[in-house]
Amino acid sequence: MTTVAEAVAPRAQAGVATRVWRFVKRHALTVYALLAVGYLMLPIAVVILFSFNHPTGRFNYVWNTFTFDNWIHWNSILGIQSAVETSLEVATLATLVATALGTLIALALVRHHFVGRGATNLLVFLPLSTPEIVLGASLLTLFLNANVPFGFWTIFIAHVMFIVSFVVITVKARLIGFDRHLEEAAMDLGANEVTTFRKITLPLLAPAMLAAALLGFALSIDDFVITYLNAGPTQTFPIFVWGIARVAVPPQVNVVASAIFLVAIAIGLGNVFWQYRSAKRTRGVA
Amino acid sequence: MGGFFHRHRGVTPYLLLAPGILWLGIFFLVPMGFLGYQSLQSGIFPDFRFTWEFSNFSTALTDYHQQLIRSFVYAGIATVACLLLAYPLAYWIAFRAGPWRNLFLLFIVAPFFVTYLVRTLAWLNILADQGPVVRVLRDVHILAPDGRLLATTFAVISGITYNFFPFMALPVYVSLEQIDPRLLEAAKDLYASSFQAFLRVTLPLSAPGIVAGTLITFIPAAGDFINAALLGTPNQQMIGNVIQAKFLESLDYPGAASLSFILMGTILVMLLVYARIVGTEKLTG
Repeated sequence: MTTVAEAVAPRAQAGVATRVWRFVKRHALTVYALLAVGYLMLPIAVVILFSFNHPTGRFNYVWNTFTFDNWIHWNSILGIQSAVETSLEVATLATLVATALGTLIALALVRHHFVGRGATNLLVFLPLSTPEIVLGASLLTLFLNANVPFGFWTIFIAHVMFIVSFVVITVKARLIGFDRHLEEAAMDLGANEVTTFRKITLPLLAPAMLAAALLGFALSIDDFVITYLNAGPTQTFPIFVWGIARVAVPPQVNVVASAIFLVAIAIGLGNVFWQYRSAKRTRGVA
Repeated sequence: MGGFFHRHRGVTPYLLLAPGILWLGIFFLVPMGFLGYQSLQSGIFPDFRFTWEFSNFSTALTDYHQQLIRSFVYAGIATVACLLLAYPLAYWIAFRAGPWRNLFLLFIVAPFFVTYLVRTLAWLNILADQGPVVRVLRDVHILAPDGRLLATTFAVISGITYNFFPFMALPVYVSLEQIDPRLLEAAKDLYASSFQAFLRVTLPLSAPGIVAGTLITFIPAAGDFINAALLGTPNQQMIGNVIQAKFLESLDYPGAASLSFILMGTILVMLLVYARIVGTEKLTG
């Protein structure tokens, strides 16, 4: 590089210098990006790696030997299987209900002008801007004062409450860019309201609803703070981890977390691949 | 659907809203009222009585102002750290990643797919006293021979930073991605250097993302107690730890409720001040 720079006139030399500087800068940023991704992935790698560890003591903090046993006997720890099942049940049920409720709110907010629209927006926004501990605590005081027994249903109620707002935001974003002429065209062609909704509105909304549902499911299955305050004796997987982390951390905890991660990442990668292919196809057409 | 809506314009939106709004009303708004009611009670578990006990608030403040201040300091440092770490990454994904964009976005959200508690516990492995990080830091004398990373303020703030990183990176990315590249070309045509173009064009245009990211990082971070509980000691306890312990261990419901209100009130005041500084438009998008 220097020999080239020395050979050319001073003005061009500056050009080379800037080019070198740009080159370095561009790659510095790329290197940084890769390092940052490494930082994000590091704990995940540790979780997965230590799911194959055969720990010497009760705590799975130091690497010992490689084993598949933890994966084969993932449910050999008392309570872990029922905790995972509870988590899945709550997440499924809460996601279904919250997606339905949230989509309806989003439809009303985007499609209609009505008295109380601002207040509705605020009511949807408020749970998002309240710390989880306060959300959980307030619900706890409601259940305490109303003498509601804590358990599966109080967890379910709490989860629907905090997922709804996320659904509204996700579906709203999709609805805003939605071409209403498609519905009008269907009506002009003689379709009634129900048919139009079923054949036009719902299919167009489906991707957003699915995205919202996946987000809701992920939030539900991962929630600790709100659940912990409203669970009573019922254990979800995060609560199981919290309880056991004080006395021991068996590698089976890592197995379950890794399994959840792998399923989620498989869905994510599938989505990335699908978007990549459809982008390529559209480019091909154009 | 359209026809139905046109004919019943008055009731339809309310019918659509009713189930969801009722749910939020009964399980979000009403509980807030109960929390307020509880915060003004006096007595010892299980015999609480409503006595307009405003002293709960002053007692809570005198007893726990340290944890309260600590929560906001930790959350503030972690938010700034998130911004500094996430901005260049979001910038790279938005402008340089090309066809790899979606894959890198997936990398950003990947930590969310690992159970919060478990990914925080993973930092116990990484920062462990016998772990590689501590060993290297001791060897290069950044840490004293018996120095630790675990059970320190550093560990707690790092944990918060890691756990809330995606909350910052995603909105910043979204705002960067929406910038029209022609604006940057125009800046270059007008003889701006890359750095000037970044400072005068890119950075201001990404401000909404920075504002949104700051809020959705800072608010949950201030209420967090998991990082302090798992990576810290009682000396790193945050306000969330106190509220949680009062509700579930010492059963001091009025004290816990008043602390919850203090936390929420402080955040609200900060939000309003922040809104005054950056402008409400940026805040509500």
